[in-house]
Amino acid sequence: MKTQKQSAIRLRGLEKSYKDLRVLRGVDFDVAPGSIFALLGSNGAGKTTVVRILSTLLKADKGTAAVNGFDVAAQSANVRESISLTGQFAAVDEILSGRENLVLVARLRHMEEPGAIADDLLSRFSLTEAGGRRVSTYSGGMRRRLDIAMSLIGNPPVIFLDEPTTGLDPQARVEVWEAVKNLAGSGTTVLLTTQYLDEAEQLADRIAILHRGRIIVNGTLAELRAMLPPAEVEYVEKQPTLEDVFFAVTGGSDTDGEDRRTALEKK
Amino acid sequence: MATHFLGDTAALTGRTLRHVTRSPDTIITTAVMPIAMMLMFVYVFGGAIDTGSVSYVNYMLPGILLITIASGIAYTAFRLFTDMQGGIFERFQSMPIARSGVLWAHVLTSLVANVLSLVVVVGVALLMGFRSGAGVGAWLAVAGILILFTLALTWIAVIPGLSATSVEGASAFSYPLIFLPFLSSAFVPTDTMPGPVRWFAEHQPVTSIVNTIRDLLTGQPVGNDVWTALAWCVGILVVAYAFAMATYRRKIS
Repeated sequence: MKTQKQSAIRLRGLEKSYKDLRVLRGVDFDVAPGSIFALLGSNGAGKTTVVRILSTLLKADKGTAAVNGFDVAAQSANVRESISLTGQFAAVDEILSGRENLVLVARLRHMEEPGAIADDLLSRFSLTEAGGRRVSTYSGGMRRRLDIAMSLIGNPPVIFLDEPTTGLDPQARVEVWEAVKNLAGSGTTVLLTTQYLDEAEQLADRIAILHRGRIIVNGTLAELRAMLPPAEVEYVEKQPTLEDVFFAVTGGSDTDGEDRRTALEKK
Repeated sequence: MATHFLGDTAALTGRTLRHVTRSPDTIITTAVMPIAMMLMFVYVFGGAIDTGSVSYVNYMLPGILLITIASGIAYTAFRLFTDMQGGIFERFQSMPIARSGVLWAHVLTSLVANVLSLVVVVGVALLMGFRSGAGVGAWLAVAGILILFTLALTWIAVIPGLSATSVEGASAFSYPLIFLPFLSSAFVPTDTMPGPVRWFAEHQPVTSIVNTIRDLLTGQPVGNDVWTALAWCVGILVVAYAFAMATYRRKIS
């Protein structure tokens, strides 16, 4: 019980099967409050299943899970008060405007002045200009930013981001990464699932690898690196990566350009 | 959590209502098919159908109204299905809200959208010569029965909306419901139908509902049909609600 207080998220022996398919075969890990924890795994490793159990959308067959000290099965209402979920597909309403999406979530979280909260988040995520437009006109990166902005309403202590950058272009990925870093900087615990190694490397304080339903490795990036034989020093000419080239020729992060492109796509 | 039920449902209903007002084509497409049928029946077949002293447009309007509802609820299933696919349903379910408010929002929106479609269809019927001497009380009774029927069919629509795996699957269930009025007293009197068909027509829900609405609109005494009609509507409503909630609980657990 005492240790529950120390972990923002705590899983013990979590098991889940879909009929004969054993997706989770005993998953254990802890996430410290205010840290970014990356759950790394290939497609079908069970990452989304873990997130769905933690966000009370799915019941585990065996084992326990606690979020913010509340048991996900017995105290699901308290868990829902403590979390925000950003699922694999941007869970935004396409027909509403960006601002209306934010106002809706603020109303559902019973916040006072939903309009002011919406305007504040729109400016924090550089969406003020697009705020009045229907989300169906947004680019993938803008949708993701809106999606994450919606998750911040009510300042939940724990946020689940399920593959937040899947399907995004490199520019939008960097924007999402910035948003996630800012989150953890303000004390929010972030559980991030990803299949991109560089994403875990960029963002996470701790990384766990989920493989065939079990956590096979769990540690900091330095600890994970130390598991392999010490690096041999070799001298190689540094070639720019394709990503470096991409950013050099496109001029880096530029939200106006994104807006312009969406406007063109509409035509 | 119960204290938030009304506020949460209102917020969510506001959202789904915007889906209807921002795509008014769903109201129009819901109304177009019943209107086309009405035109065909009144101006093509109607002259050959003997409905006694009642003008044919007056005779068949109740059946057309039920067809309008049956095609309108396909959009309810479609909207719910879209929410399920897009992930916004899961977002709402993972929030500290009255969770069933998500379903109720779709049900209330279905009521509003169908009432709008019904108003359009009745408007066209008026242009085609539909007249009724019914008083306010009779009109209210008609509205009550239509709303009850909409609610019953809406809860049926919730089931495929929650469980379908494709858009087609989400709306295909409405075809037999649209077809049901043809095997009833909606368009022709049942007297001329062969035995088994007649038996089915006279004992299926649409006939009692159609007869009740027709009697109310033409100022006739409604007789026992009204009780049969209400029993069918309430019965379908209760059973559909139970199955829909069971489907819903399976989805969220």
